[in-house]
Amino acid sequence: MKAFRILSRNIRDSFKSVFRNFSLSLASISCITITLIVVAVAIILSINVTNFTKIVERDVTIVAFLDVDITEEEKDDVYDQIIALDNIEMSNVEFIDKMEISKDMMASSDVFNSIMGEWTREESPIQDTYQIKVTDINLINKTAEEIKDIENVEIVKYGEGMVEQLVSVFDAVRKGTYVVVIALILVTAFLIANTIKITIMSRKREIEIMRLVGASNINIKIPFIFEGLILGMLGSVIPIVITLYGYTAIYDHFGGQLFTNFIQLVEPTPFIYYTSLALLLIGMIVGMIGSSRAVKKYLKI
Amino acid sequence: MDLIKIRDVKKTYKTGTTAIYDLDLNIKKGEFVFIIGSTGCGKSTLIKMLYREEKPSSGKILVGGLDVGKIKNRKVYKLRRKIGVVFQNYQLLPNETAYENVAFALEVLGLPKDEIHAKVMKVLDLVGLKNKAKQYPRHLSGGEQQRVAIARAIVNGPKILICDEPTGNLDPKTSMEIMEVLEAINELGTTIIMVTHDINIVKKMKKRVVLLDSGRVVRDYKEGEYK
Repeated sequence: MKAFRILSRNIRDSFKSVFRNFSLSLASISCITITLIVVAVAIILSINVTNFTKIVERDVTIVAFLDVDITEEEKDDVYDQIIALDNIEMSNVEFIDKMEISKDMMASSDVFNSIMGEWTREESPIQDTYQIKVTDINLINKTAEEIKDIENVEIVKYGEGMVEQLVSVFDAVRKGTYVVVIALILVTAFLIANTIKITIMSRKREIEIMRLVGASNINIKIPFIFEGLILGMLGSVIPIVITLYGYTAIYDHFGGQLFTNFIQLVEPTPFIYYTSLALLLIGMIVGMIGSSRAVKKYLKI
Repeated sequence: MDLIKIRDVKKTYKTGTTAIYDLDLNIKKGEFVFIIGSTGCGKSTLIKMLYREEKPSSGKILVGGLDVGKIKNRKVYKLRRKIGVVFQNYQLLPNETAYENVAFALEVLGLPKDEIHAKVMKVLDLVGLKNKAKQYPRHLSGGEQQRVAIARAIVNGPKILICDEPTGNLDPKTSMEIMEVLEAINELGTTIIMVTHDINIVKKMKKRVVLLDSGRVVRDYKEGEYK
C-alpha cells in the first residue's frame, strides 16, 4: 500500500513537473521530435533499400540448359536431382519447353519467325531449360556447380561474375544503411539524453531538497525517470504521425513503386506500425535513460 | 545519554584542504548547542558530516548509534529521516505552497494523505504559519520562509535538528522570533545544533556553545557560560 502510494505520487509529480517546467519540457520534446523524425526517415529509407535489394536478388535465376536429345524420363530425373539440392525449393524450379522458347523468340522478331518456323521439335537446336531460383543467393555459385554436375545438364548460366558483384554491392549497401540507422539512433540517444540532462540539471535544488528530507535514491529517481518517459512519448508523437500518414501518402502517390516498377516500395501495413512502435520505444527508453543518468549525478557524494 | 559522539574526526577535502582536525565532541539528547567560529573554521563541514553530506576522512561519527561514515550512499536517506536540516537560504521548492513544501517531507515516506494533513497543520501551527499554508514562498517574508523550512525539517519528528545559519538572512527581530520557534522545538525534546555567526543571539540564548578555530574545538562553554 505504502509502495503504491509512493509510486502514484511519483507518477503524479512527473506529470506535474512536465507542465510546471513547461519551457524546458518543450525544449526536450522538440529535440526528441526532430531527432526522431530523422531516425524515422532513416528507418524508412533503409527498410526500402533492403527490400529493393532483396527483390532484385530474388529475381536472379539459374538457367540449366538440358541436352538437345534428352528424353522425358531423363528430364524428370534431372528435376528430381535439382530439387534434392539444399539451396533450392521445389516451387522455385520451372521447366521451360524448347518449343515455348522458340515461340517467344519467333514472336519477338520476323527473322527468327522465318527461320525457326520451319523447325520441328526434333530439328530444333534450342534446348529445354530449367529456370531455378535459389534460396540463398550467396551460395549460388556452389549450387550452379552442383546443377552442372547433374547428368544431361549441358550448360548452366546465371550471370556469373555480375551476380557475385551485385550481391556484394547490395550487401555493402544494406550494411551501410544499418550502420547509418544505428549511428543515427545513437546520436539521437545522445542528443535526447543531453537535453533531458540540462532539464534536470536546472532542478538540482529540487533533488537536493528531496535528499535532505529523506527521500531514498530510488524515490528521487522514479519521478524523473517517469518524466523522461513522458517527454520521450510526447516527443515521438509527431514522428509517428509523419510515419503513419506521410509514408502512406508517399506510397499512394507513387502507386507503390518509385519511378519504375523495378523499385517497389514496402507496403505501408504493417511496416508503418512497426516503425512507429520502434520510434515510440526509442523515445521512451532514451528519455528514461537520459533522466536516470542525469539524476544519478546528483545522488553521489 | 549522548545522541552524537564524534571521535578523532579529521576531514580533508580532495583539494588537499583540511577543514577538521582530530575533533572530539559529545552532544546529549535534548541539548541545544551553538557552534561558532570565524569563517572557514570548519563549522559547516562539521555539520555537513553529521547529516552525511560529507564523509569524515578518518575518525568516527555516531548519530543515534549510526556510524555516519559507514553509511552507504544509497542508505543515507535512513539517516536523513532522523535528522532535520535548516539552511540560511531556506531551500524551499518555489512552485509549491507552504503546505506542499512541508507535506513533501512526509510524502516521500509514503504516509497516507489524512495523516500528512494532520501532521503538516500541526507543525505549521507550531511555527505560527497555519493561516499561510496556501501561500507560495515568493509571497512569504524571509522569516516566514524560514519557519516553513523549520516546519518541513521537524514534521516527521526527527531527534536532531541541524541549523546552518538559519538567521543569516534575517533582521534581528525576525531572527529572535526564529530562535523562539527553535527553543520551543527544543523544549519538546528535539536536540538542536545550530551554526551561527550572530554572537548576540548566542549570548541571549544562554545555551551550550562550542567554539571552533582552524578545524579544532578551542572552547566548549556550558549553558550560560558564554558571555
